[in-house]
Amino acid sequence: MLLAGVAQGCVYALGALGFVLIYKATETVNFAQGDLMMLGGFFALTASVTLGWPYWATILFAVAAMAVVGMLAERLILRPVLGQPAFTVVMITIGLGYVVRGVVTMVPGWGTETYQIATPFVDDVWTLGGVILPVQQLMVIGMTAALCALLYFFFRFSTLGVAMQATSQNQLAAYYMGIPVRRVNMMIWGLSAGVAAFAGILLAPVTFVHSNMGFIGLKAFPAAVVGGFGSVPGAIVGGLIIGVVEALAGFYLPEGFKDVAAYIVVLVVLLVWPSGIFGETGRKKV
Amino acid sequence: MNILELSNVEASYGPVQALRGVSLTVEKGKIITVLGANGAGKSTILKTISGIIDPSKGQIRFNGEEIQGRDPDRIVRGGIGHAPEGREVFALLSVEENLRMGAYTRRDRDGVAKDIELVYGYFPILKERARQEAGLLSGGQQQMLAIGRALLSRPKLMLMDEPSLGLSPLLTQEIFRIIVRINREQGTTILLVEQNANMALDVGDHGYVLEVGRIVMEDTCQRLAQNKDVQEFYLGMKAHGVRGQRRWKKKKQWR
Repeated sequence: MLLAGVAQGCVYALGALGFVLIYKATETVNFAQGDLMMLGGFFALTASVTLGWPYWATILFAVAAMAVVGMLAERLILRPVLGQPAFTVVMITIGLGYVVRGVVTMVPGWGTETYQIATPFVDDVWTLGGVILPVQQLMVIGMTAALCALLYFFFRFSTLGVAMQATSQNQLAAYYMGIPVRRVNMMIWGLSAGVAAFAGILLAPVTFVHSNMGFIGLKAFPAAVVGGFGSVPGAIVGGLIIGVVEALAGFYLPEGFKDVAAYIVVLVVLLVWPSGIFGETGRKKV
Repeated sequence: MNILELSNVEASYGPVQALRGVSLTVEKGKIITVLGANGAGKSTILKTISGIIDPSKGQIRFNGEEIQGRDPDRIVRGGIGHAPEGREVFALLSVEENLRMGAYTRRDRDGVAKDIELVYGYFPILKERARQEAGLLSGGQQQMLAIGRALLSRPKLMLMDEPSLGLSPLLTQEIFRIIVRINREQGTTILLVEQNANMALDVGDHGYVLEVGRIVMEDTCQRLAQNKDVQEFYLGMKAHGVRGQRRWKKKKQWR
C-alpha cells in the first residue's frame, strides 16, 4: 500500500525533477514535460515491442532519443523566443505539448491505442517476513534512487554539472566565465527530457502507454510546487509526499478523493510554507 | 604594443545609446583606467569588449584580431577575463567551485590546480573559506573571489569593473595593492573602470575620462591627477576663487 504510494511518488518525483531542472536553468515552466514523458514511453514501446529489444536497452534507447528530442526542442523552438516575456514561452511549451500529443496519435503503430510494455519483473513477488513485496514497485523505487544518485554526482562533481548549476544561479556571470550558456541550456533540456523518458518508462507498467499519459504531468507539477519550485531535493520529496498521500487517500477516503488529494496537499503546504518545503529563502547579496 | 584597440565603438541598450563612438588603446602589460561618473558608459565598454553586448558600430581588436560581436565564451577563450561590477559570484556554489568555473574554458587540470593555489596565495582568506558557499562571504571577500575567478582563465587582458564598489577604504586599498601585484607578477594587462578616481589614478599608467558615452580626455595617470578639471570633478578638490568662494557655474574646459 505504502509501497505502491512510494513507487507512484517516485514517478511524480521524476516528473517534477524535469520541471525543476528546466525552471532553475531557464526560468521557464515547461508544461510539455508530461507529454515528453509520454513520448519517451512510446519510444520505449517501439524499441521493446516492435524491435524486440531487451528491457535495459529499451531504457537506454528511450532516454537517449528523448535527450535528443529535448535538445532539438530547445534549439528550434525555444531559443528563437529567448528574451520574450515568460508568458510567451509558457504558451509555447503548452503548444509543444499539444503538438507532441497530436503527432503521437498520427504515427502508425502508436495511435490512440493503449499498449503495454513487457518488463522482466511484472508479476514477481518477494516475501519478506510475511510481507508481500511486488518487485515491480521495488524496481521503480530502486531505479529512481539510482537515477537520483547519478544526477547528484553529476551536478556535484562533473565540470558540466557544476557549470549547469552556475548558469542557473547567475546567467550573466556564467557568460563572463566563458561558459557557453546557450549550449548548456540546450543540454539541460536534453537532460530534463531524458529524465522524463525515464519516468515514462517506469510509469508504463502501471498506467500503460497511451497518448494521454502525459496528463500525469498534472500530478508532477504539484509535486514540484510542494517541494518548492526550483529545488531538486524538493522535487523528489514533493513527489514522494504526493504519491503516498494519494495512495492513502485512495484507500481510506471515499471515492474521488484520490484524484484531488495532490491538490489538497499543495494547498496545505503552500499555506504553511509559501515557497514550498525546500523553497529558496536566500536572496542574492548586492 | 597595443593588446586592445577600440575604434569608434557605439553601443546601445534598446533606444538608449550608451557609447557614442569610443576609441581607446590598451598597451600590453600596463594598467589602463577609465574614469567617469554614474551612467557615463564605463561598464558598457567592458561588456562590449566581453561580448555581452554587441556594438552597433566600430571595431574592437584584440591582439590585432577583430573580436566585436563574438560570443562571450570565444572571447574568454581568446584571453580576456572579466571581474564584473557587483561581483556576480555564483552564490550557492562553494568558493572553490566558483574558482573552478573561472577555469571552465581550460582543460589542463594541473595548471588549474596550480592557479587555484596562486589565487589562494593572493587572497589567503579564500583558502580558509574554500568549502563555504560564496553567497555567505562578505562583500570584500566576494570581490576577491570575483578577481580570483577571472584570473583562473589565465587572461592576457583582465577587465575589472569597479572593484572598490561597496568596500571600505581600507579594503579598497588592499584590493588595489593586489591588482598591482597581479599586473606586475603575472604580466596581466588590466583595463580598470572606476568611480574611485583617486585610487584608480594612483595605480594606473594611462587614463581615459568618459562622459556620457564619449572619451573627453586621455593622458598618463600622473598628468590626469594634476589636471584642474579632473581634480575638481573627479577628485573632489574644490577650486577656490580670490574671495575664497567657489565660483558657481564653472564650465569644464573640454566642453
